[in-house]
Amino acid sequence: MGEVVLERDEGAGGGEGQRPPIALTPRRAPLIGDWAVRRRTFTWRQARGWLEGLPGGALNIAHEAVDRHGRGDLADVVAVRFLARNEPTTELTYAELARQTDVTAVALQDLGVRRGDRVCTLLPRSPELYLTALGTLKAGAVYCPLFPAFGMEPVRQRLELGGVRVLVTDSESYANKVAPVRDRLPDLQTVVVVDAGGAGDEPSTAEVMAWETVMQEASESLQRNGFEIVSTRPDEPALLHFTSGTTGRPKGAVHVHEAVVAHHATARFSLDLSPGDLYWCTADPGWVTGTSYGIIGPLTCGATVITDSADFDAKRWYSILQDEKVEVFYTAPTALRMLMRRGVEMAHDYDLSSLRHVVSVGEPLNPEAVLWGLEAFGLPVHDTWWQTETGAIIVSNYPGMPVRPGSMGRPMPGVEVGVLERGADGRAGVVDGHVHVLDDPHAVGELAIRPGWPSMFRDYLGEPERYAKAFVDGWYLTGDLARLDGDGYLWFVGRADDVIKSAGHLIGPFEVESALMEHPAVAEVGVIGKPDPLAGEIVKAFVTLKADMVPSESLRRELITFGRKRLGSVAPREIAFEEHLPHTRSGKVMRRLLKARELGLPEGDLSTVERPA
Amino acid sequence: MTPDEARTLLEQSLRVVVPDADLTGLGGETDIRERFELDSLDFVEIVERLSQGAGFRIEEDEDLRTIDAIVGLLSRGTPHPV
Repeated sequence: MGEVVLERDEGAGGGEGQRPPIALTPRRAPLIGDWAVRRRTFTWRQARGWLEGLPGGALNIAHEAVDRHGRGDLADVVAVRFLARNEPTTELTYAELARQTDVTAVALQDLGVRRGDRVCTLLPRSPELYLTALGTLKAGAVYCPLFPAFGMEPVRQRLELGGVRVLVTDSESYANKVAPVRDRLPDLQTVVVVDAGGAGDEPSTAEVMAWETVMQEASESLQRNGFEIVSTRPDEPALLHFTSGTTGRPKGAVHVHEAVVAHHATARFSLDLSPGDLYWCTADPGWVTGTSYGIIGPLTCGATVITDSADFDAKRWYSILQDEKVEVFYTAPTALRMLMRRGVEMAHDYDLSSLRHVVSVGEPLNPEAVLWGLEAFGLPVHDTWWQTETGAIIVSNYPGMPVRPGSMGRPMPGVEVGVLERGADGRAGVVDGHVHVLDDPHAVGELAIRPGWPSMFRDYLGEPERYAKAFVDGWYLTGDLARLDGDGYLWFVGRADDVIKSAGHLIGPFEVESALMEHPAVAEVGVIGKPDPLAGEIVKAFVTLKADMVPSESLRRELITFGRKRLGSVAPREIAFEEHLPHTRSGKVMRRLLKARELGLPEGDLSTVERPA
Repeated sequence: MTPDEARTLLEQSLRVVVPDADLTGLGGETDIRERFELDSLDFVEIVERLSQGAGFRIEEDEDLRTIDAIVGLLSRGTPHPV
C-alpha cells in the first residue's frame, strides 16, 4: 500500500490544523509527479499533444477515447466491463468498442441524426448507454445523459429544453416517464428501446424502435458503405449536461469536443490512470462525473472501466473492489459514509490489496471519511472539487501530495482559481465592474476560475444571458464559497446560493417547488437542503396550503407520494406545513431564512423580509 | 414475530418513505427496491425502521431485497440464519 506518514502540522499558512496532513508514498510513481513542479511547467497545449487529433485540426472525443486505442496497441485491452445484478458480466475490448460505436453512429445517422442534434439516454449503466454516448459523438451529434432515477417531470423538462431528437431508453422508463408526455415533445422524433425483444422477435412499432433491429440494419449499412468519424471542430458542441440553479428551469451546460483535453489530463493527474489500469467510477452518467470520468477520461487513458448497474450495497461493493482487482476507485462521500456505517471490519473481510488510489467527488468530504479510508483501505481518500460547468476536475488532492483532511485540495495544473470578496447578496461583489480577490488565508469568498481551461462550458443552451451572467470581470463564478489557505489548499465552506447538494447530486429548489405547486391543495412552497449525516443534505419542503385546506398527516403523506411520482429521486424526503412562509419584499420565498430556522441559527439581517403580523 | 406481523412491520416501514406502499397481492419474490423504486438512502431508512420494530439490528444487505427474505429474517427473530 505504500508508506503512510502522519505529518506534524506546522500550523502555519492558515491550514485547518485540526487534523495532521497525511503523506503517502504511492507504490507507483504518480503520473502528475510533483504538484508544484507540474503546476509551473504544464500547459494545455502540451496536453493537447498527448492526444492524436484528426486531420485538418479536427478533434473528436470518441476518436481520442476509443478509435485511437481500438486501432492501436490497446486493441485487445478491455475497455469496459459491465457488471449487473441479475445478468452475467460482459465486456468490450477497445477494438470491439470501436466497431460497435461505429455501428451505433451509423444507426443514429440512418435515423436522421445530424451534426449538432441532441441524443439522449435514459438508461441504467449498460452497454447500450456507452455505445449511444460514444456513437453520438462519432456522428458529430451532442450527447445528453439523463439520470434514470428521475421522475417523469424532470425527464420531460430536459427532453423539451434540450430539443432532443433521439432518445434511447428501456420499455419501462418509456412507458412510465415518456409515453404520457410524448405529445408535448415535438422535437423528439425517434425513441429507441433497448429491451424490445431480440431481432425479429418484436418488431419496432410506430411509437418506438427496437435497438436490436436498428443496430442490425446499421451493421449491414456499415458493411455496404463504411463509416468515417465526423471531423468535428474543437469548439463544436459534444455534450449537454443539465444542472440546477436557484431559480428557473434547469440549465443545459454545453461542452465542446476540446473538453477531452481536460478530461484526459485530469484523469492522468488526479486519477492517475494509465493504459490497462482497472478503474471503477461509481457515478451514474446522468450526472457529469459519470460521463467525464465514467466514460471519457478513463477511456482516453486506455484504462479498463468497471461499471455496475446495481444499486449501492456494501458487501457487493467490497466484492467488486476485491474480485475485479480495482486499482483506482472514484466514488462519492455519501457512498463512503454508507460503507463507514458498516464498520472498518467489513472492509477487512475482503482482499483490497489491488487498490492504489481512492478518490471522491460530489460534496465536501468530511475529515473522518478521509481518515477512515486509511483504516479501511490503507489509503487516505482524495477529495476533488469541480462542477457540471467546469466539465473536469478543477481542484484535487493528488496522489503523492500530502492530503489535508477536509480540504478540497489544490488547483489543477493549468487552472487559476481565486477567492472573491462577497457583496450584499452573498455572491462575489462587483464594484465598477471589478471584483476583489481575497488574499487573507482565513477569508471566505466565492470561488472563481479564470476562463481558459478546455472543458469550460461554452453555453447554457438557448440562454445566452444566463451564460453571460456566470462571468464577471474575467472570472467564472462557481456559486461555491471557499477559503484558500497560505499553502494553496482550498477549503469548501458552503453554497453562495440555495442550491441543494444531496448524495452528490445538485438539486434546484425551484424545480422541486414547481412540481409540488401542481398539487391542488398547495398554495406555496419553499424548499431547502436539510443537513443529513449520510446524504450531506436531504430535500425538505415547507408547504403553505390553500385557504380551505387543513394540514393533516394523510395530506402530508399524499404530498410525499405526489413528489416521488413527479420527481423521482430528487423529491422531498420531508414535508412540513407552514401557515406563513417568510417572503422578501419583492414576494420571493426566503429559503435562507427557512434554512436558518431549521438549523436553529440566528436569522440574520431580516430587513428585506416581510413578516406576517 | 409471526410472518403476518413481519409483513405488517415491513409495510409500515415502507410507508415511512413511500406513503402509498401496499403489499397486498404482492408475491414473496417481489424485489421491494425495484417495486417501490427505492434508492439507497430510502433503503437505509426502511431498514432502520425494521430494526426498531424488530428489536435487533438489521443491516441493509443485498440479500434483503425480497419480501420473503425480509419476512423470514424478522420472523426468525435473529440477524443470522439458523
